[in-house]
Amino acid sequence: MDWGSILNNTIAAFLTPTTIAFALAALGLAMHFGFAGLLNFGIAGFMAIGGYGYAISVLTFGLPWWAGMMVGVVGSILFAIVLGLPTLRLRGDYLAIVTIAAAEIARLMFLTTAFTDVTGSADGLFGFNTRQDGTGFQNSNPFPSGDYGFGPLSFNHQTLWVLTFGIAILGLCLWLLWALMRSPWGRVIKGIREDEDAVRALGKNVFAYKMQALIIGGVFGGLGGIVFAAFSNVSPGVFVTSLTFFIWTSLLLGGAATILGPVIGAIIFWVLQAFLSNFLSQLALSGILPVSTTQASTLRFVLVGLGLMLLVIYRPQGIFGDKRELTFVK
Amino acid sequence: MSNNEKSHRTGGLHIGEPAPGCAKTDPMLIIDHVKKSFGGLTAVDVEHLEIPKNAITALIGPNGAGKTTLFNLLTGFDSPDTGTWSFEGTSLAGIPAFKVAQLGQVRTFQLTKALSLLTVLENMKLGATGQRGEGILSSLIPALWRKQDAEIEIKAMELLARFKLDTKKDDFAASLSGGQRKLLEMARALMTDPVLVMLDEPMAGVNPALTQSLLDHVINLKKDGMTVLFVEHDMHMVRHIADWVVVMAEGKVVAEGPPETVMKEQAVIDAYLGSHQDTDLGVVTGRINIIPEEGK
Repeated sequence: MDWGSILNNTIAAFLTPTTIAFALAALGLAMHFGFAGLLNFGIAGFMAIGGYGYAISVLTFGLPWWAGMMVGVVGSILFAIVLGLPTLRLRGDYLAIVTIAAAEIARLMFLTTAFTDVTGSADGLFGFNTRQDGTGFQNSNPFPSGDYGFGPLSFNHQTLWVLTFGIAILGLCLWLLWALMRSPWGRVIKGIREDEDAVRALGKNVFAYKMQALIIGGVFGGLGGIVFAAFSNVSPGVFVTSLTFFIWTSLLLGGAATILGPVIGAIIFWVLQAFLSNFLSQLALSGILPVSTTQASTLRFVLVGLGLMLLVIYRPQGIFGDKRELTFVK
Repeated sequence: MSNNEKSHRTGGLHIGEPAPGCAKTDPMLIIDHVKKSFGGLTAVDVEHLEIPKNAITALIGPNGAGKTTLFNLLTGFDSPDTGTWSFEGTSLAGIPAFKVAQLGQVRTFQLTKALSLLTVLENMKLGATGQRGEGILSSLIPALWRKQDAEIEIKAMELLARFKLDTKKDDFAASLSGGQRKLLEMARALMTDPVLVMLDEPMAGVNPALTQSLLDHVINLKKDGMTVLFVEHDMHMVRHIADWVVVMAEGKVVAEGPPETVMKEQAVIDAYLGSHQDTDLGVVTGRINIIPEEGK
C-alpha cells in the first residue's frame, strides 16, 4: 500500500477547476431545489450550454474569451426560459421529467454529426483557451510561466489562472445567493417551496418568482460549465446524466438549503472520489480486492450511489443544513 | 354573548324580500351566471348572488354543495366555464389569483396552508404587500428595503400579539398546533390589508378552547371595516356571528337571508339539515331505539 500517493492525490482534489465547476453547479441546484423547491434534474444540460456556448463563440465566431463566456451565460438564461415557460405552471414532478429530457436533448444536439463543423461531435471542442490572435482565456493570464504552490497543491501558471478565475466567479455567486436569500425576495422563494398556493393567495406572482429562481440557478450551472471548459475542453461525454446526479450528491452532502453547503459538498465529493479511486486500486494492486485496478476504481461509483441513498435516508438536510428546514418526508 | 354580538349587526343589508339572488343595498361581490362543471358533474351553477359590504356572510351547505369550488372561482384559483363576477365594480373574470389578492380580496384554505418551514414571523412578513425588497434587483440593496422591512415586522408583531402567537415568532410554523396554524393563516392574510376576507372553514379542526378567540377575531374583522365571507359547517358559529347566510346545495343558491329566518326555511331544512335534524343519529340509522322524552 502506497499511502503517500493515496494521500497526495486525495489532497490534490481539494482545489481543482473541476471541484470549482461542481461547486458552482451545486450552488445552482441549491437555488433551484433547496430554496425554490424546483426539482431540476437537468443541471448537466445547463453546464453543457454554458461550456459549449463559450467554446463555440470563440472557435466559430472568433469572439474574445470574455464575450464567449457571456454568450454561455446568455445561453443558460435562454435554456432556463425555454424550460420554465411550459413547465413552471405544472406540479414540481413534471419539471423534473422535463429537465432530465431537455438536458439529454442538449447533449445529443452537441453529439450529433449533423453539426460537426460547429460542435466537433463526439470529439468535442478544444484549443479555444489559447488563441493565436491573443484573444484566448490563457492569453490574458496575468501569472508568469512557472509552477506555484507546494506539495500536492502545486499548479502550473495556466491552472493557477483558471483556479483564480473560478474562485472569483464562485465568490461572486456565493455573495449573490446569500444577498438574495436574506432579502424579502428570498422569503417569497422559500414560501413558494413550502406551498405556492398560499403565496399566490397573498398576492405574489409565483410564476415570475419561480422563473427568476430557475434563471439564476441555471446561470450558476452555466458558469460551472464555463469554468470546466476554461480548464480543459468540452465534449458531450462529460455532460451526461450521471454528472447531474454527482452534482445532486454534492448538494445533498453539504445541505440543499444552505449557502456554503454546496461548495463544501463539492469539495468532499471530489476528495472522497480521489481517495476511493486511489485507495481501491491500491487494494486491488496489493491483492486484497480480487479485481483489476480499473474495476476497483470504478467501484467508487457504486459507493457514491450507496452513499447518496444513505444520505437521503439518514441525513436529508446534509452536513450543514437545519434538519427542520429540509427533509424528504413531509 | 349572543345579544352583545347581535348589537353590532347592520340592519337593512338587502333590498326587497330575502330570496336567492336578492339585491343588496351595498354589494361588494356581484356574481352572475357562474357555472363550473367537472366532467358530467355541475359543481357550481350560481345565477346571481350579491355579497353585502362590511358584513359577515356565511356560506353554508351540505358536503359537495360547491362552496369551496365557488371560493376557488371567486379568488382566481380555478376558472369557471361561463360567468362574470365583479369585486367592488372591478370585473374579476380571467384575473389570476395573485392579482385578485392584490386587489384586496384575500382567502384562507380549508386545509390550512401554513408555510411549515418558515418561522411564524417570516410567515407574517411574507403577507405584507408592496415590499420593495421583493424585486430581484432591489433585493440586492438592503438600504432600499431595510426600513420598510422593520415597519412590516412591527405590524406583524402587533398582529401576532392580537392572535396570541407573539411568543412563537421564532418557531417554525410546522411546530404549531392545528388551531394555531388556522390563527396564523388568518393573521397572515390580514398582513395584506384586505378589504374582503374569505375564510374557508375557519373552525375545522380547532379545539373548543380556541373557538371563542377565533370567533372574536372574525367579529373584529368587521369592526375594522372589512367584509367577511366564510364557509362553515359549525351551525353555532353561523348563528352567532353571521349577519347574512347564503345556503348552497348541488351547486345552486337555494336560500339566503338573516340567520334567524333562513334556518327555518323549508328549502334549507331539506337541503342542508335533512329531514331528521332533531332526531338522534341512532334513530336515523335504525341502530338504537330511543325512548321518547316524557311529555313529548
